[in-house]
Amino acid sequence: MNTLLEVSGVSVTFDGFRAINNLSFQIGDAELRAVIGPNGAGKTTFMDIVTGKTRPDEGRVIWGDKSQSLLKMNEAKIAQAGIGRKFQKPTVFEDQTVQENLLMALKKPRGWLSVLMYRPSTADLEKTANLAKEIGLLDALSRKSGELSHGQKQWLEIGMLLAQEPRLLLVDEPAAGMTPQEREHTTDLLLEAAKTRAVVVVEHDMEFVRRLNCKVTVLHEGSVLAEGSLDHVTSNQNVIDVYLGR
Amino acid sequence: MQRSFIAKNPSVLIFLACLALFTLIVTVLSEGFGVGVISTSFVKTLGKTLCLCLVAVAMDLIWGFTGILSLGHFAFFGLGGYMIGMWLMYERTRLIVVESLSQTEIPATSSEIIDGIGNQIFGVVGSSDFPLIWAFSDSLVLQLAMVVLVPGVLALVFGWLAFRSRVTGVYLSILTQAMTLALALYLFQNDSGLRGNNGLSGLQNLPGVTASQDEVSLWFLWASALALGLGYLLAAWVVSGKLGSVIIGIRDNEARVRFLGYSVETYKLVVFTFTACIAAIAGALYYPQAGIINPAEIAPIASIYLAVWVAIGGRGRLYGAVIGAAFVSLLSTWFTGGQAPDIPLGFYTIKWVDWWLVLLGLSFVAVTLFAPKGMGGLVDLLTQRKSPNRHGANLGPDDGALREQEASQ
Repeated sequence: MNTLLEVSGVSVTFDGFRAINNLSFQIGDAELRAVIGPNGAGKTTFMDIVTGKTRPDEGRVIWGDKSQSLLKMNEAKIAQAGIGRKFQKPTVFEDQTVQENLLMALKKPRGWLSVLMYRPSTADLEKTANLAKEIGLLDALSRKSGELSHGQKQWLEIGMLLAQEPRLLLVDEPAAGMTPQEREHTTDLLLEAAKTRAVVVVEHDMEFVRRLNCKVTVLHEGSVLAEGSLDHVTSNQNVIDVYLGR
Repeated sequence: MQRSFIAKNPSVLIFLACLALFTLIVTVLSEGFGVGVISTSFVKTLGKTLCLCLVAVAMDLIWGFTGILSLGHFAFFGLGGYMIGMWLMYERTRLIVVESLSQTEIPATSSEIIDGIGNQIFGVVGSSDFPLIWAFSDSLVLQLAMVVLVPGVLALVFGWLAFRSRVTGVYLSILTQAMTLALALYLFQNDSGLRGNNGLSGLQNLPGVTASQDEVSLWFLWASALALGLGYLLAAWVVSGKLGSVIIGIRDNEARVRFLGYSVETYKLVVFTFTACIAAIAGALYYPQAGIINPAEIAPIASIYLAVWVAIGGRGRLYGAVIGAAFVSLLSTWFTGGQAPDIPLGFYTIKWVDWWLVLLGLSFVAVTLFAPKGMGGLVDLLTQRKSPNRHGANLGPDDGALREQEASQ
């Protein structure tokens, strides 16, 4: 399996606090990975670094077949290169309809002139309808996304990520605030997405991680504490001490 | 599935119809071509109001849709006025100088004529040489191009510097205020080349036109109405498409748009420059009707008024901006023109010339607090448009991952 993203020896310090400490991480082409860890372990900062929001003090972040360094690119360029991100809180554009949200995310030229002249083709509208169906929002296409429930917003955001057709999906706590049924649907969406692309899921909820049934990376104090199957890491004494034991 | 632009935006058609009807009624009632119920000076006021509506549309695009509270768009408006004013003043002075020199026995050389024009225009600031910035003032075409180019380039450079360093929110507003203040202070200087605090005057007299002001005022009213109509149509078309989605997205959540792969800074710069050009065109139509432009016109307060109009009219909808600008500026003319009756309270007499600003300030605060949708929100009462119910917006991991039902218990 090819390595899609390689993070090596990365450190970040915020006002003297080491949020990420010599972190190394790799993910392959079509791999599902769960990242767990206690609060403050650096899970979100890790995503910030990969997506270009935070610049690390040292280390390398290498992306894709051409081994580009992501550290020299801005957020928009990184997103265009094929990294999609879902935030902890559902962040959809509440003042716009579900369809407008999806159309905006569709993989199309991002320059302002082509966006200005863009009018959705029948194929694009079909694509958004299919996506909406997949995330269970087909009936809500013309509703303003601000009216949606919390769970539906989370799905819409996942749908927008899929519309971007990224090669790597970074998903921050997708199941937070969801009912058990909603969680199941979310699991299915992520498993489906991971068949064709790499997906990294940051999650607190062990049950949810168990259902994803994938390799798990445990972060603690900004570096990797353990890596392997869920059963492997949950039997690791260090992991029990810092995370599960509490 | 695809519906036409007008079908999706019925408000555009309604607006254009209202604008056409308004122009027709004013023409019929005017002194120039109609029955003479409306005085020429009031026709000019109405024409100027249309220009203010156009700059309000630009303000709504940058503030209401893109979320950038620019408090400097009147600088672009004023610059547009200066650019057209330079040609008007040069050409009219040239005609006068040629006329007076033709009385002499020896025909005047072209350098004598140019010296004469320079003396006439710059004598008031103790100079007679043409500064470099007047280089194109003898050509209407070039000077018309400058109406768009000069403010456009200023906006492009300023915007590029500001947005590239990711200055946002109130800091950007302060920067734009600083820009317009700096420009006004520069123009106040006599050696700025634009006649210092005298400004450019006599702009209402079109060179070579013998028609009376009664007619000229109507020409400008029509031109202003046409510009407003076209500007509105263009703005409505821009915001109805995907670019509109992106800039509204930038307003609501800049970071999210960035992670979708859109270069937020470029989009901001495009909208900032585009709206600056619209403002400049509005200014170029406004000042020939006002007759005079001086640096006080681009004082910081003018741009703040612009924001107040748009806020009172209703941000985020184009007709709201137009309604706000028209209503507040006409009301302002009425109050400050001494036409509003004083209110004697016995111990104190409220003179509206003094108290109008207080009233305007209070209504601004009231609108912001109690009716954030502004006057445009009244239209929602008619069409029953509902804003999204934002339940659940703040739920999520931060609130202990409660669902809405749990949270309300």
